[in-house]
Amino acid sequence: MAFIGKAARGMSVMGAVAGMCLSTGLALAQDDASVAVTAIVEHPALDAARDGVLDVLTENGYTEGENLTFIYQSAQGNPATAAQIARQFVGQGHHVLVPISTPSAQAMASATQDMPIVFTAVTDPVGAQLVSDPDAPGGNITGLSDMSPLADHLDLIREFMPDATRIGVPYNPGEANAVTLVTTLSEMAPEWGFNVVEAAAPRSADVLGAAQSLVGEADLIYVPTDNTIVSALEAVLSVGQDANLPVFSGDTDSVERGAVATVGFDYYQIGRQTGDIVLRILNGEDPGSIPVTIASGSDLFVNPAAAEAMGIEIPPAVMDRATTIVE
Amino acid sequence: MSTFAFLGAIEIGLVFALVALGVFLSFRILNFPDLTVDGSFPLGAAVTATLIVSGVNPWLATAIAMVAGACAGLVTAFLNVRFNILHLLASILTMIALYSINLRIMGRPNVALLQQETVLTPFYNLGLTQAEVKPIFLAVLLVIVVLLLWRFLVSDFGLAMRATGANPRMARAQGIATSGQIYTGMALSNALVALAGAMFAQTNGFADVTSGVGTIVVGLAAVILGETLFRSRAMLIILTACVIGSILYRVALALALNTPALGLEASDLQLVTAVLVIVALILPGVRNPLKSLIRGGKS
Repeated sequence: MAFIGKAARGMSVMGAVAGMCLSTGLALAQDDASVAVTAIVEHPALDAARDGVLDVLTENGYTEGENLTFIYQSAQGNPATAAQIARQFVGQGHHVLVPISTPSAQAMASATQDMPIVFTAVTDPVGAQLVSDPDAPGGNITGLSDMSPLADHLDLIREFMPDATRIGVPYNPGEANAVTLVTTLSEMAPEWGFNVVEAAAPRSADVLGAAQSLVGEADLIYVPTDNTIVSALEAVLSVGQDANLPVFSGDTDSVERGAVATVGFDYYQIGRQTGDIVLRILNGEDPGSIPVTIASGSDLFVNPAAAEAMGIEIPPAVMDRATTIVE
Repeated sequence: MSTFAFLGAIEIGLVFALVALGVFLSFRILNFPDLTVDGSFPLGAAVTATLIVSGVNPWLATAIAMVAGACAGLVTAFLNVRFNILHLLASILTMIALYSINLRIMGRPNVALLQQETVLTPFYNLGLTQAEVKPIFLAVLLVIVVLLLWRFLVSDFGLAMRATGANPRMARAQGIATSGQIYTGMALSNALVALAGAMFAQTNGFADVTSGVGTIVVGLAAVILGETLFRSRAMLIILTACVIGSILYRVALALALNTPALGLEASDLQLVTAVLVIVALILPGVRNPLKSLIRGGKS
C-alpha cells in the first residue's frame, strides 16, 4: 500500500497501475531501456508531454545516461521529416517508440509493425487509423488520446455565463486534432443551448484576425487544444480584453497564460499518463493488449485577473471548487 | 547509421526524387521558378488518399492524382502566360489556393491510409519486409520515370521545350509555340510532384495537408546537389543526378542527425538543410577557381 500511495502522489490517475509497475519496475531497473520520442513540432505543450514521459521513467528507477537511453527529435512541422525520423528510430532499435501528435504517430505506425509504439496527444486514434478498436488495439501499438473533456468545458462555461448562446471557436482547419474537437463540440453544443461560431486561422499570423472576426458574433471565445491557436494565444487574449469577450481554454496551461478558466489536464500530465503506459511495456506487457487510454484530469484552473480584464465574474461556487487559482 | 535508417533515407529520397525531377523540369528546363510544388505535393497525397478511402483502385487513384497535379501546373502556367503575372507570384498564388483546395478534397486535414490497400500492398506478400519492398518498388518506378522523361526531353518536342527555357525569343523565331511548351512543361512537372505526393501517402500511410511545407526547398536541394556532383551535358546523366542528389540529401540529413559527435539537435534541422543547400550552391564556384589554379600551375 505504501508504494501505491507514493506513486499516486505524482499521478492523478492510473496510480494503482503505476504502483504495480513500480514494484516490478525496480526489479527491471538494472536492465537498460531505450525510449525514443518524436513530435511533429516543438511547442510548449508537446515539450511538456515529453518531459512528463521522462519524469515518470526517472521516478521509476531509470536514469538517463545510465540505464536509460532517451532520444528526442522534432520533425519541425514537416511530415516528410517525421517519416524519416520514424525510420531512423526503428533502425536504431528501441524498446518503446513514443510519437507525439497524429502525423508523427501515423508515420511511426507505417514504419514498423513489430516495435512497440505508444502514441500520445492524438485526439482521434480511430479516425487516424492507428487502432481499429481502442479497447483492444492488437498489434504493436497503443497510446493515449488527448480528447478534451468537452462536456465538462460546456458545463463550466454555462456556469460562468448562464445567458450566453454563442461560442466563438478559433481553430486551424489544417490541424487534424483541432478539427476533430470543433466537429465534436458543434455536435454537442446545442444540448447546452450553445451555437458554435467558427473562425479559421490557418497560420499563427491569422489568429488575431480570426479572434477579431468573433467580436459581435460570439458571446465568448473557447480556445481548443489547437497548436496554432495556442501558440498565438496572446492575440486571442488581447481581443478578449478589448471587446470584453471572456476567453476559455481547453488546456490548463492557457489559463496560466491569461484565459479565464478551464477544467481538465495539462500536457505534462498527458506525458505522465503516457509514461505509465511506456513503463508497462518496459515491464513486459504486450502493447496490443493495453487499451488506448483517454487522458483524464479534473483540475479546475481559474484566473481572476483575466476574468476581471474580460469583464466577467467568477461564480463563488467555481471559486470554491478551483484547484488552482492563478495569481 | 543502421540498415533500416539507410533504407528509410533511400525510400524517402526516392519519393522526393520525383519532386526533384519535377523541379528540374520547371526551374532548369523551362527556367520557370515554380513554387506550386508546395501545393501539388499534398494535392497528390490528398487526391490519392481520398480516392483510395472511398474504394477506388489505388493505381487509378494515383493516376488521377497526377492529372490533378497537372491541372495545378496548368493554372500557374495560365496565370503567367495569359495574364502576364510574374511566374514566382503566379506559382505562390496557386500554392496558397491549393491549401484550401486540399482541405476541401480531404474534408479534413488528415486522411489515414494505414489500414487501406495501396499500390504496394500486393508486393508485401513476396517474402520481403515492408522496409525492403518500399525502396525497391520506388526504385523501379524511378527507373521507368527517368527513362520516359529522358526519351521525352531528347525528342523533337522535348528539344523545343528546352529551347523555350533557354531562349524564348530565339525559340519563337524558330517557330516554336512557347506558351504551349510552358503549359506542357508545367503540367508535366506538377504531375510528377503530385505522383511524389501520392507515393508519400501510400508508403507512409497518411495524407496530411501540412506535408507540402518546404517541398520546393527539398526538390531544389536535390537538383543542385546532383548538378554539383555530376557535371554533364548528357540528359540521361542529368536526370539520374537529380535522383541521386535527392537520395544523398536524405542520407546527409540522416547522418547529420545520427552523429552525436556533431552535437546537432533536432531543432537544428532547418539550419542543416539550409547549410546543405548553400554548400551545394557554393561548391561549383569553389571548384572553378581550383581548376584555374591547376591550369595556371601547368602553364
